[in-house]
Amino acid sequence: MEPISSNRTLRDLSEALAAIENGATLVVPANYGGVAMEATRSLVRRGVKALHLITLPTSSLQADLLIGAGCVRLLETSAVSFGELGPAPRFVANVIGGTVSIKDATCPALHAALQAAEKGVPFMPLRGIIGSDLLAQRPDWKVMDNPFGASDPIVLLPAIRPDVALFHAPIADREGNVWVGRRRELFTMAHAAAKSVVTVEKLFEGNLLEDPLMSGNTIPAFYIEAVAISPRGAWPLGLADHYPQDRAHLIEYLRLAATDAGFQQYLNQHVLPRPAG
Amino acid sequence: MPSGDIRPEEVLIDALARLIAGAHHVAVGANSPIPSAAAFLAQHLGGGGLRVSLQESPRHSLFTDGGRELFDAAGQGRIDVFFLSGAQIDGAGNINLVALGDYAHPNRRFPGSYGSSYLYFVVARVILVRTEHSRRTLVEKVDFVSAPGVSPSNVYRPGGPTALATPLCTFAFDKARGRFRLETLHPGHTLEEVLDNTGFAFDRSDPVPTSPPPTPEVLKAMRGTVASRLRELYPQFASSVFGLPAVEAR
Repeated sequence: MEPISSNRTLRDLSEALAAIENGATLVVPANYGGVAMEATRSLVRRGVKALHLITLPTSSLQADLLIGAGCVRLLETSAVSFGELGPAPRFVANVIGGTVSIKDATCPALHAALQAAEKGVPFMPLRGIIGSDLLAQRPDWKVMDNPFGASDPIVLLPAIRPDVALFHAPIADREGNVWVGRRRELFTMAHAAAKSVVTVEKLFEGNLLEDPLMSGNTIPAFYIEAVAISPRGAWPLGLADHYPQDRAHLIEYLRLAATDAGFQQYLNQHVLPRPAG
Repeated sequence: MPSGDIRPEEVLIDALARLIAGAHHVAVGANSPIPSAAAFLAQHLGGGGLRVSLQESPRHSLFTDGGRELFDAAGQGRIDVFFLSGAQIDGAGNINLVALGDYAHPNRRFPGSYGSSYLYFVVARVILVRTEHSRRTLVEKVDFVSAPGVSPSNVYRPGGPTALATPLCTFAFDKARGRFRLETLHPGHTLEEVLDNTGFAFDRSDPVPTSPPPTPEVLKAMRGTVASRLRELYPQFASSVFGLPAVEAR
């Protein structure tokens, strides 16, 4: 175990996750972007409730697990799926059953709405979308005429300013600077959210901002509320250039999560603490 | 037919690769093994000049500015070709990636619209692909419009659907008429089959031409270079269609 430094940013996992309160608006990255799965299991164990979960822009196991465990009140997403492995069973069952509310979006709209928050402006315009039922289901999205054009309708999206961004990255230093490589949407999330909670594979000895090869891909510590060290913290999802997703485990998850009882069995085996004794 | 050992997926990939001809930069979204294979095939046959970006692949992505870059580049007209699909596709080119039945109380729920509601407007050539050609997938009217086939003339729309490819045939989309036109039948398939299995009305010539089967050169490329590149993201597909061992690629 790494020693916890005196710096307030570096904390153990459950302390770091204290920033994610019941009812929080939480933004998380897509399958390929560094998903904090160990942290997600920890949130389920803690019994977090009524999250407004925003996926940037899609999700797989993370959203499915949180929805299945009853942690999510409202889901804002462009898609939830396990890709080639199949549909997301708890997402599908709970949306059809009406036990989770959904705000359907489209990928660039989620990117743009977070970019608005990043810039501190109230909305962002985006092309497309007009004439879709997506727009019909989103009274919070407005259409106006381009004020610089003539009869040129364009969609306006209100800024999304999440309470917390949660993601997993390869390394962080003791100051709380976090290196994310080319996953630039993690910058957008961290800039847009009031607080960012990050798990990392390992600690970097030194200051990431002082290394010219690292600094450009490093989120500065002033955006970061807490960092926790969590080796293989994306498992059973992958972390680019570090480890692939655990297909066998995901296939087993999909088999179990097909039913309510099977999902509970999965939670008991892989997420919830073992009964004492 | 001489194509006894050619799989329907291979015919579809070949047809899609021909539709991409002349493009500069093809991007492929999530969960799209057949379009990915077609893009790699077109790249190989064109001598490597075609740029191909797979959105979900760390290895085959030309983007370095995060998930938004594909959409920003597409909005500027830097992406020529994108592929979309739908749980339902209707005769006016509308696609549904969301739900069947009433949206508030759906009978079936699908993953969601992904980037379709935007890319369908801004990418010059959007090619629709549906691997199930049936009356439940190709319908008269979709239950939910993730993205519309056509737009009023004052809506900014440099792009839109240009074709729909299925295991049976290839349709072209007539933007002015807002309808599909049956272009070619794939080898071994008939007009009757297409009429029986299509839920929307479409235009056609008489007779409808049949496209040739994939050439030996194309099949060799598909089963070699293309199949091994596909394995990173689609090991299951590469294994079931091209017989590659389903080893997890990094």
